[in-house]
Formats: sequence, structure tokens, C-alpha cells
Amino acid sequence: MAQSQAMKVLTEPLVNNNPIALQILGICSALAVTNQVATALLMSAALTAVTACSNFSISLIRNHIPSSIRIIVQMTIIASLVIVVDQLLKAFAYDLAKQMSVFVGLIITNCIVMGRAEAFAMKEPPGLAFLDGIGNGLGYSLILVLVGAIRELFGSGSLLGYQLLPLASAGGWYTPIGLMLLPPSAFFIIGFLIWGVRSWKPDQVEEAEYQIHQVHRTEVV
Amino acid sequence: MQDYLSILIKAVFIENLALAFFLGMCTFLALSKKISTAIGLGIAVIVVQGLTVPVNNLIYQHLLKEGALAWAGLPEVDLSFLGLISYIGVIAAMVQILEMFLDRFMPALYSALGVFLPLITVNCAIMGGSLFMVERDYGFGESVTYGLGSGIGWALAIAALAGVREKLKYSDVPDGLQGLGITFITVGLMSLGFMAFSGIQL
Repeated sequence: MAQSQAMKVLTEPLVNNNPIALQILGICSALAVTNQVATALLMSAALTAVTACSNFSISLIRNHIPSSIRIIVQMTIIASLVIVVDQLLKAFAYDLAKQMSVFVGLIITNCIVMGRAEAFAMKEPPGLAFLDGIGNGLGYSLILVLVGAIRELFGSGSLLGYQLLPLASAGGWYTPIGLMLLPPSAFFIIGFLIWGVRSWKPDQVEEAEYQIHQVHRTEVV
Repeated sequence: MQDYLSILIKAVFIENLALAFFLGMCTFLALSKKISTAIGLGIAVIVVQGLTVPVNNLIYQHLLKEGALAWAGLPEVDLSFLGLISYIGVIAAMVQILEMFLDRFMPALYSALGVFLPLITVNCAIMGGSLFMVERDYGFGESVTYGLGSGIGWALAIAALAGVREKLKYSDVPDGLQGLGITFITVGLMSLGFMAFSGIQL
């Protein structure tokens, strides 16, 4: 039982309850760092680590936090963790950290971290909360890496910096789609991904606000 | 003067926080179903952004920056690693103070903006504005302009999106795209439109 619950907490956010595609959480950074696979991977790792650790530590002290100041307590824990991650990245992956510019710092305001702390870590024991953090981090990473791979492959013909499609400018046959590296394409790709996921799992489809009345010609006549 | 004007135009159109940097997306997508809500939130963002960016600028320039503590006799201290936690603290505190101030002195505005103010603390656009200000090393005057400009840009984008979505709810969208999916595509098209401004050289 405990095993299966842990498994469920870990795998549920991957597709069935994906933070980006279904819960609309943490989209900001998902779009901004995905024009290369390398930055997408690094961002995913950073976010997963922060979510898991913050869930764990918030869950540890959940019974001692007065509910009126819980937001500021959560914020402080998350901000401290993000500072650690930021300093680590600056120390060991300086060039990539430079490219991601402000988005590492923005993990603080990433709704996934806050949302999971508030919705899960405040109620559940530390072990499960840790797994939930990892699960949600992985769900986020899945979308991020997928979008990153699509954008880098079609935008510059490479993956992780290795040239897969020889570029026309370098004597090959592939003409890169410049749009893929620009902001709008990230929106389109995530939009289409959501379409794909929801066609695969129809129970995620949102109700239409207005049902368009089906008029059949035979009825009119 | 011209310098300030170009920062303003750049922040509103060319480097629009929502459409070019994807900041504040969560609230941007979640609260853009009605124009009136979107405008309320937009104004709240302009006000908070216009206050927090300059305040964070003062903190950065006079306390955290490398060598900024020279006035206290500590010229070698570099506290910039404390940046993130101080900015978020400032934002949370400013929002709280603004809320109390409005409640006391401008009840009409408070009832219009009240519900949105707490949401703004975790809006990445606000935090992002402060971080960009630090990254670009703006002075105080520039930070006021940038704060206001980026807030206006964000407000403009969310109001426009809400307008589109209000019309869109009568359209026949494929099942899988209903709701979030079609919103993403719409924002993508809007972002494509805003890219047209990127040719402007200032």
C-alpha cells in the first residue's frame, strides 16, 4: 500500500497531472529557457532539486508553522534554496548560468514550487512530500526537455550542441527555421503538446464555456 | 531625457515582459478570461512594479552591490548573493504595505484591486523586473522608468489577451485545444505580432 502510494505520488504528475499541461503552473521559465536542450536540462535539474528540497523541509516543520505567516515562511525557505542553487550553478556551469540570466532567480516565484508546498507539503509527511517534489519536477522537466529538443533540432539543426542536420550555410541540406528560436514558437509548441496530451487522455479536456448549438440542415427544413 | 524615453518604449513594446520574456505567465493565462479582471490586475501590476523596482534598485546600489558598503567602511564586501532573498522580501512587504495603505486611504481602489494584490507577490513579472534591473545595472531614474514601462507593457498584453479570449469563447475550438491549449496558440500569435516592434532601433 505504502509502496503503491509512493509510486503514485511520483508518477502521477508525469502525464496525468502534469504541472505545466494541466495545472498551469510554472510556465514562465518553461518557455524562456527552452531554445537549447542544455539550458532546458539544467533548468529542470535546478527546479526538481528546489521543489523536492523545499517540499521536504516545509513538510518537516508543517505542524509548527502558524497558518497566518505560512506564505512568508515558505518563501524564505524557497528563496534560501534558490540562492544555494544559483551559487552552485555560477560556480560549476558559469556559461550556461549566464545564458539563463534571471531565470534561475525566478525559480523563487515559480508557481510549481509554491503550489506544491502549499497544496501537498503542508499536509503530507516529509518522505511523500519529497517524492511529490521529485515527481512534479520530473513532469516539468519532461515538457521542458521535449520543447527544448524540438526547438533546438529545428531551429539550429543540433541537439545538445552536436550538429545532427548539416546546415545549408555550412554546405549541408538543412535550412534552419529561425522562428523556432524566437519566443512565439515556444507558445505554439506547448499549445500543440497540450493538444496532443489531451487527445491521448480525453478526460483532461476542459469543458467549453459555451456549447455551440449544432444545427442540422434537415432540422431547418 | 531621450535615454529615459527609449527605456520606456523598449520596456513596453520591444522587451514586453509577458510576450518576449514569458514572465508572469501563470497569472497571465489564468486570469485573462474577462477584460475587467485583466485591467484590474494590469493596473495593480503597474503600481507594484513602479514601486518595487526603484526600491530594489536603491537596496542593490547602496547595500548589496560589490563595494556598495564603502560608506560603512567595508569596501570589499560583496553581498550580491543575498539579492534574491532581499528582493522577494521587499516585494512581499511592499505589497502588504500597499494593501494596508489602500484599505485605509483609498477604499474604492482597494475594493477594485484588493483581490489581486496578494497574487502579485508570486507574479514572476515583478521579480523578473527587479532582476533585469540588477542585471542591466540601471541607475535610480532609469529604474523608475523601467519599472513603470515594464508594468505598462504587461498590463497592455493581458488586457489585449482578455479581449481576444472574450471573443474566442464563442468559437468552435477542437476538443483537445479547448481552454489552455488555444490560449497558448493565441498568446503565440500575439507574441508574433509584438515581434514586429523588434525592428525599432532606439
